[in-house]
Amino acid sequence: MSSTQTSTSADLGTDRVITYSEAVREAIGQAMEADDRVFMLGEDIGVYGGAFGVSGDLYHRFGAERIRDTPISELGIVGAAVGAALVGMRPIVEIQFSDFTNQAMDQIVNQAAKIHYMLGGAMSVPMVLRAPLGSGTGAAAQHSQSLEAWFAHVPGLKVVMPATAADAKGLLLSAIDDPNPVIVLEHKLLYRTSGPVPEEAVRVPLGQSAVRRRGEHLTIVGTGVMVSRALEAAEVLAADGIDVSVIDPRTLTPLDDAPIHEDVSRTGRALLVQEAPGHVGFTAELSARIAESPTIYRLLAPVRRLSGLDAPIPYAPQLETASVPQVADIVESAKTLVKES
Amino acid sequence: MSATPGTDHDTARHALLTMWTIRRFEEAVDDLFARGLMHGTMHLSIGQEASATGACLALRTDDAITSTHRGHGHCIAKGADLTRMMAELLAKETGYCRGRGGSMHIADTATGNLGANGIVAGGIPIAAGAALAFKMRAEDRVVACFFGDGAANEGAFHEAVNLAAIWKLPVVFICENNKYGMSFSTEKSFAIENISERAAAYGIPGTTVDGNDLDEVYGAVSAAVDRARAGEGPTLVENVTYRWKGHSKSDKNLYRTKEEIAEWRAKDPILRFEARVKESGLLTEEEVQLIRTQAMEDMRAAVREANAAPDADPSDLLDAVFARA
Repeated sequence: MSSTQTSTSADLGTDRVITYSEAVREAIGQAMEADDRVFMLGEDIGVYGGAFGVSGDLYHRFGAERIRDTPISELGIVGAAVGAALVGMRPIVEIQFSDFTNQAMDQIVNQAAKIHYMLGGAMSVPMVLRAPLGSGTGAAAQHSQSLEAWFAHVPGLKVVMPATAADAKGLLLSAIDDPNPVIVLEHKLLYRTSGPVPEEAVRVPLGQSAVRRRGEHLTIVGTGVMVSRALEAAEVLAADGIDVSVIDPRTLTPLDDAPIHEDVSRTGRALLVQEAPGHVGFTAELSARIAESPTIYRLLAPVRRLSGLDAPIPYAPQLETASVPQVADIVESAKTLVKES
Repeated sequence: MSATPGTDHDTARHALLTMWTIRRFEEAVDDLFARGLMHGTMHLSIGQEASATGACLALRTDDAITSTHRGHGHCIAKGADLTRMMAELLAKETGYCRGRGGSMHIADTATGNLGANGIVAGGIPIAAGAALAFKMRAEDRVVACFFGDGAANEGAFHEAVNLAAIWKLPVVFICENNKYGMSFSTEKSFAIENISERAAAYGIPGTTVDGNDLDEVYGAVSAAVDRARAGEGPTLVENVTYRWKGHSKSDKNLYRTKEEIAEWRAKDPILRFEARVKESGLLTEEEVQLIRTQAMEDMRAAVREANAAPDADPSDLLDAVFARA
């Protein structure tokens, strides 16, 4: 599959700049206008406007039936979405923090992910589960995790991690269209970031990596908030004469790894970055794919992974920052990798 | 919805045939398994036939059900095809799930069966969600949600019943209290007399009936279905019954006595209904015998046809993981 670069106004054909959370809201609003089957379920998404302000004015536009406030019952509401999807609705569940998906795992893993397969294809579960993930807000260990690899390990779930405002909208529209359960993980630090976003309901297909920057010496791969950190690191590295590529897979499942193989084969170096703990993480899968393919023969240095610590996310700001890769960490790892070879 | 089975000839005939069909199907599964001709595991509902049959008689074809690991009876009572059910259990390509699901995952879209479930209480929130969809679309369809006594102690039960109550969803929660969650008795797992008492905590009606009495089950579920269809919200109906067989194939019956099982066998829901309709003159002895024969023949035909079907095909396992747009 071909890769695209979708980070500039010119690429997107628009000058309009909105925030990431506005882009999510716009996607939901447009999907709801276009299709009566689409509705939203979640805690405090109504008058309150969502814990992170994402649902905003949708309640006033669409009313309490379709922007449906729920009790604090994650298992119940995800299950209700599964049931509604089975009989032809297109529910979007907002889980207030992705950590709370743990309360709903039976419905996500045992029900939504497996029903289509288990029933021999007789039914499907077209639902979207959106949830904010990640650290950086001082909310400590039960409100800051990055659990994307858990979901990606379950056959039957699609897993999406939009890194830009345009992708937040375009990938969500594709997720709503999809006949399968799709988990969309939105990094909380991205909600207030801005970027160009087309006004029309332009879909970004699931399963298409984005090459955010093309360089000569090193390929950095990351998702979510690590994309903007890698791009910032790339500027610092450029001043030191190190020219890097930045690739954003955008969807963990389905995974479009061809652009990664292609770019790593060209640069000879791969730095795989994630906020989640490194042990058995998503970048371990990427590393294995490089090792299992002819790409390994093109490496000038061993693959390097830069991950969050194998520890819960702590509260104190200096401890929290030290627990996950920052721009300076990416710069340092990139320099080390280039110097080693 | 049908006329009361204990007073209407055709309904009585249909109800009796359904119960005998469930009994014969379960016995056939038990036998095939014992002879090593069936793979996996299964959970038999022998002794509970009146619960599934009485409840489904109160439903329309376009009403939905969610079921449990002990779901063969619900599936048959809602109108599923016996051959496709048996083919699924015999690991055939023509089975309901093409051999991907087995006993615990049969669903039938044609009859509104949203699926059995291998997870205790897994179907309860799903039932609430289907009912939510019906209500949002202003369809007058109802969901009957079957689950066991064990499920009433799962969080999913409480979350889903509460959602259905606050949103007045058209769902009937049917707790088949067969006295044991695997080996753990309801005396040990509940500090209340009747599971239906839990309805009060959610502000909905709850009722406990003799689950081995077809007319009682039908009456309670019909009233609950009418209430749901009228937009008045959910009801919790508890059918007190008993499974004659063990929980599953690993069960050695170490937790209950032979006397207890014999006591419940004496309350056979099918023989009770037969005696009632013969006594009232609704069905003749000859009609009853014909029904028994038909159930046996239907089951034998299902086994025969299923056995002749091709085995489940492993060639496209990966293709089936995701639905296509």
